[in-house]
Amino acid sequence: MGTVIIFVKIFFMIGFLMTLGVLLTWVERKQSAVMQDRIGANRADIFGLRILGLFHPLADALKLLTKEDFIPPSGDRFVHTLAPFIAFTTALVGFAVIPFGPNVQFFGREISLQVADIHVGLLFIFVVTGLSVYGVILAGWSSANRFGLLGALRGAAQSISYEVSMALSVIGLLMIFGSLSLGEIARAQGELVWGLPRWGVLVQPLGCIIFFIAAIAETKRIPFDLPEGESEIVGFFVEYSGMKFGLLWIGEFVEIVVMSGLVATLFFGGWQVPYLGSGGFVFPFGLQIGLPPFLVVLMQVLAFMFKVVFFCWLQMLIRWTLPRLRYDQLMRLGWKVLLPLSLLNIVLTGLVLLFTGS
Amino acid sequence: MTVNEKNVKRTELGRLDRLYLVEVVKGLGITGGHFFRNLFLHTAHLFGLMKDRPAAVTIQYPEERRPIPVGYRGRHRLLLREDGSPKCVACMMCPTICPAQCIHIRAGESPDPAIEKYPVSFDIVVDRCVMCGFCVEACPVDAIRMDTGIVEMAEYDRKDFVDGRDYMLSQKPSDEEKKKGPPERKPPNELDKKNDEH
Ligand code: SF4
Ligand code: SF4
Repeated sequence: MGTVIIFVKIFFMIGFLMTLGVLLTWVERKQSAVMQDRIGANRADIFGLRILGLFHPLADALKLLTKEDFIPPSGDRFVHTLAPFIAFTTALVGFAVIPFGPNVQFFGREISLQVADIHVGLLFIFVVTGLSVYGVILAGWSSANRFGLLGALRGAAQSISYEVSMALSVIGLLMIFGSLSLGEIARAQGELVWGLPRWGVLVQPLGCIIFFIAAIAETKRIPFDLPEGESEIVGFFVEYSGMKFGLLWIGEFVEIVVMSGLVATLFFGGWQVPYLGSGGFVFPFGLQIGLPPFLVVLMQVLAFMFKVVFFCWLQMLIRWTLPRLRYDQLMRLGWKVLLPLSLLNIVLTGLVLLFTGS
Repeated sequence: MTVNEKNVKRTELGRLDRLYLVEVVKGLGITGGHFFRNLFLHTAHLFGLMKDRPAAVTIQYPEERRPIPVGYRGRHRLLLREDGSPKCVACMMCPTICPAQCIHIRAGESPDPAIEKYPVSFDIVVDRCVMCGFCVEACPVDAIRMDTGIVEMAEYDRKDFVDGRDYMLSQKPSDEEKKKGPPERKPPNELDKKNDEH
């Protein structure tokens, strides 16, 4: 029975991730178009039906599947094929430890709405995002292309620089919540401080900003898209075609979803709706609204999805607003600004915790 | 001679600008503002409201076209006289001036005794034409114009680029040209008057 439940959860998670990932390819085109006073892709149709260009992801998939799969003759066949799978899997697997809802009672069984509720969830995420850069490095190296290799090296350097501040920026959060388990952190954010929900962004505003910047750098998108650098080196996947390119591409979008889920879970309460407890709304000024448990769970799962979608949208907005950083600016931002700030954040959090004694 | 020069002062980045974060948020405000305004307008258009405020500057090309400015040179057409015969008198002015040498005329004797010649065939090889408009200016009887408004010239076969006489005679001026009305005739200058006296 336990195995069945796990499989159902995995099925749900992959369905959610892939749907959102594929939809994001469409959102990216449409949102950028709407932001720039354009209309965007709207030509792919089935029997004249266009529905705002929603068939474009389908058309893309069809095109990528039927294209030639080219492997550079002087490249490494095996590694060249392996790299997209590493990039895609590591992007996908990070979501396993992110809770998308509270624990629910189901036929007398307690089920956590999370594929794997491990105590070291946050470490797991850092390990997986650390591994994801192997996809980039191997892809760039095995292509036997100078530009590919250049992109791969940039990706490696960038990933190392930003992972440091990313990991350090959440330490303040860990000091407050005292747990590495994401389920635990999400649950703890339902409590109130001074009448406000104890969301990560309220207790750790600086950590939140640093983490979000580092998260965007981890997804390797503008303004941190040095590994791709479309206008200068085309990037580590320059020698990829067909569905292998598609995997790298979808992997990037899945990574956006995972990062959004992570930001939502760590700093924006995860599945928590403000003032919504397991019995219904309880407002600090005395108002109470009772709700049946399944409705509460439904609202919380939907709230989590809404938060994830919102952060995907925000990342798209940033991607289509800012120009790319120069390489030295990237390194300066990572090592000279974000790293000291995240250390400062840790010290400040420690002092506050020391004096408030909680 | 004074050179028109302008001194552009470089703005130094202030402390707040160097932080970037504030400017980033400002930028996001601008793009986000566009996003929400256009999203609202798109949604309104779906329900048939506020059609007068466009949500995008896009011209959906094959279905919608940007109006072609008056005087813009497109594919050629030949004009007809009132009685329906071609105006062209096969004087060979246009093939002579044509820099691309793409006009090919065969002249024949006109049945009308008042007119000397008429074009038996009149071909313009449009893919060689450089759209200079010299032929239009050279014509003494205003028999050829480039006001059809056809500016996209794409064919599957080279031979389709050769416009024949009857095709060009059947072409009409574009809507914009029709609105403008017939071209003004300049009053003849002194030299023309002298020529006329002879
Ligand atoms: S437009 Fe110029 S190039 Fe074209 S046919 Fe006339 S004279 Fe020749
Ligand atoms: S210049 Fe005019 S009249 Fe002379 S051949 Fe050309 S079109 Fe005919």
